[in-house]
Amino acid sequence: MVGSNTTEQHPIIGIEMKKALRAGAALIVADPRRTELACLAHFHLALRPGTDIALLNGMAHVILAEGLWDREFVEARTEGFEEVKATVEAYPPALAAEIAGVPVESLVGAARAYAAAKPAAIFYTMGLTQHVTGHLNVLCLANLAMLTGNLGKPGAGVNPLRGQNNVQGASDMGALPNVLPGYQQVNDPETRKKFEAAWGVPLPEAPGITVMEMVDAIASGRVRGLYVIGENPMLTDPDLCHTREALARAEFLVVQDLFMTETAALAHVVLPAVSFAEKDGTFTNTERRIQRIRRAIPRKGAARPDGEIICDLAARLGHPMVYRSQAEVMDEIARLTPSYRGVSYARLEGEGLQWPCPTPDHPGTPILHVTGFPRGRARLHGVNYIPPDERPDAEFPMVLTTGRVLHQYHSRTMTGRSPGLDALRPEPEVEINPQDAERLGIRSGDRVRLVSRRGMVEVNASVTERVAPGLVFLPFHYAEGAANLLTNPALDPVARIPELKVCAVRLEVPARSGRSGLARRDRGL
Amino acid sequence: MALCSVFIDGKAALVPTGTTILQAAGAVSISIPTLCHHPNLPPIGVCRLCVVDVEVGDFHKQVAACHAEVQDGMTVRTATPELERARRFALELQVADHPSECLDGETGEPCELRELARRYGVTKQRFVGDEARYPLDESSPVMTIDLNRCILCRRCTRACSLVQGQDILWIMGRGDESRVSPALSLPLRDTACVSCGQCLAHCPTGAIRDKRPLRPPVRPEAVVTSVCPYCGCGCQLDLNVSGEQILRVTSNFDGPANRGSLCAKGRFGYHFVDSPDRLTRPRIRRDGRWEEASWDEALDLVATRLREIRERQGPDALAVLSSAKATNEENYLIQKFARAVLGTNNVDHCARL
Ligand code: SF4
Ligand code: SF4
Ligand code: FES
Repeated sequence: MVGSNTTEQHPIIGIEMKKALRAGAALIVADPRRTELACLAHFHLALRPGTDIALLNGMAHVILAEGLWDREFVEARTEGFEEVKATVEAYPPALAAEIAGVPVESLVGAARAYAAAKPAAIFYTMGLTQHVTGHLNVLCLANLAMLTGNLGKPGAGVNPLRGQNNVQGASDMGALPNVLPGYQQVNDPETRKKFEAAWGVPLPEAPGITVMEMVDAIASGRVRGLYVIGENPMLTDPDLCHTREALARAEFLVVQDLFMTETAALAHVVLPAVSFAEKDGTFTNTERRIQRIRRAIPRKGAARPDGEIICDLAARLGHPMVYRSQAEVMDEIARLTPSYRGVSYARLEGEGLQWPCPTPDHPGTPILHVTGFPRGRARLHGVNYIPPDERPDAEFPMVLTTGRVLHQYHSRTMTGRSPGLDALRPEPEVEINPQDAERLGIRSGDRVRLVSRRGMVEVNASVTERVAPGLVFLPFHYAEGAANLLTNPALDPVARIPELKVCAVRLEVPARSGRSGLARRDRGL
Repeated sequence: MALCSVFIDGKAALVPTGTTILQAAGAVSISIPTLCHHPNLPPIGVCRLCVVDVEVGDFHKQVAACHAEVQDGMTVRTATPELERARRFALELQVADHPSECLDGETGEPCELRELARRYGVTKQRFVGDEARYPLDESSPVMTIDLNRCILCRRCTRACSLVQGQDILWIMGRGDESRVSPALSLPLRDTACVSCGQCLAHCPTGAIRDKRPLRPPVRPEAVVTSVCPYCGCGCQLDLNVSGEQILRVTSNFDGPANRGSLCAKGRFGYHFVDSPDRLTRPRIRRDGRWEEASWDEALDLVATRLREIRERQGPDALAVLSSAKATNEENYLIQKFARAVLGTNNVDHCARL
């Protein structure tokens, strides 16, 4: 498990992990925080945030040096072995462990345990990817899996756990600037020709811009009109002050949502949408499983489903998009998307289907790459360590990392309105190691101030061993004490993911300390 | 796989070795009453309601069908007068100290004990016990523990330790003092309980139940299977609805990703749907003030402004942020709208955040 607090973020997968543990599986958790699974793990590698490459290269070094790699798999199914070998040679365990700030025995032990377990699965989430080296971190993980032959078989693989209920589906459907549905490239003329024929209009050729770039483009006036559907960048984007300035500068901002969110408050027009319980459709989960949702209750007031609103708007802009049902939309998706070609509503009753599902009688694909990779041989990549964009210094001596907590979700538009849930975790708390707390005279429940180069927040402290000395953790769900006022918008140059997981901060005790000093029990796990 | 051939109430069944009598009966559509058993949990055989009569060779006796496995050549009788008497007796003991309002069906909660008592015509006549012995544990903001309705079937303790792996609930005390409780009799809120409600989902009587702070208990009019709107696990769940409201979320044990398990968000996080904060009409901001508007007015305005910007500055001066909360169909339509209608590839969603 790398950078994944599974029992809080993907609780049901967390349950399966704990079952596997009870059944005797070995568990390695690489995470700066001592999460529940880290406590249960055989190896907890509490790496310094942003040192994943060094750690993973160190593990690969051990696996190669001790001959624990799967020669047969590497020779038959991969390329680039020499490159990786040459790269990881420069990361002997002692050096790698020093960079990552973990005991060298743990690094070596974890490498051996991973190589010895057959099969071994890797899981990761945004603790790995929200770095300026996010995509390189993933390549390093893939190296480990390829070197040990852990791909294309049950119980193995490199498995990203997707955060939102339909983040997989939104990506599959081409809600991305560079690809059409099914990850078909917009700059491929053949692909465009196919979609142009189906949709009856010429399509733009140049890939568009990503969410973070949209914010900058609005600030610079390159983008004038923004249409935001069911997202709340005013809490979830890094460096919120900048986001707010940019959005306030938009010539025209439309927000379509269930609630008057922080983002909607800045809009010119707000359109009321409906919840999952008021519409039909499908979601695709993290196992690529397409499942039905069904309308259960009438729509609230005049609110309408996103799809209906979009089609209405399309007609007004002179390009009618007319469908009699969601099933009919899925039929069009299936016609144009090879991996969804065999999908239809009739087939989705019950357990749903896992894509790729290329034909109407194909049973779906629970495991990818069983017999081959789309590109033929899988590519091993030599990746060198690059430190995080922002490192602690005299002015901002500590590191802040962000994430979620079990009982809240994203910007809390939903969980914050479910009274029972909200009561379980009504306020943000910053986790501080007892050593740091003692040095600064902070106790659990005290009001503290976090300051970064971009902003500052005041929140209550929770003094806990869950974080190492020098590290603080703040969940990003809350508008009061918004972690993303502090975070660093520096981007991974390829994946365009901001480095939400590392920024330099200073911890202060405000003058009127103890203002909301209701000490809450530290209910650590 | 080795197979066993058995006769259940005269019907022949061929089932794999290791099948329980209860499962084998199910395979030939014979239902045996159960109370402590739950198909999602390993059997423990404490309530004796599933008792059946078995004969194989010289062996002839009564066994718990949920627990006992079939043997080749076994003959099973599930509903002899003697068995039905034994069941009635077990039920009479159970209802003795069960709250009357639960047996009378006034709580709006489903109760398997009530259903069985009705089916067997069992009332409190024979034995009468003390109904309200325990104070409620209301310490959790999402669940109530009402031990007065507890029948000690141990489904919750098994769910907590074997499904959730959390080991919060135990059987404390002995004999008549036995009760379900967190260790040291702590209030639930003071334990490491994660509020998953796995215990609640397996409870047959509503002794552990959700708080539903928004509305009085009513029976659901419909149960609609859907998918959780929170994380990417993709848990299937059942929306229990009455009129325009979601009454509660219950487990759907057929969901392939979760097999009935849910986390606190999936199980207790549906109130936002009926929140009074929901936007119900389009709004337009004029001179810094929000005004409600009709759909025609709002959409005309949006279309006009988008068209204006596109004509003046080109399609790439527009951008669309789609949603990882919207359905596949909606995401498809949204990116199609951006590309085919607005003419820009500036479309993204929060996969990076
Ligand atoms: S809610 Fe979950 S963790 Fe808490 S007692 Fe019930 S099963 Fe155990
Ligand atoms: S119930 Fe919990 S684990 Fe399941 S999809 Fe919802 S949020 Fe995820
Ligand atoms: S159901 Fe078999 S003993 Fe309770």
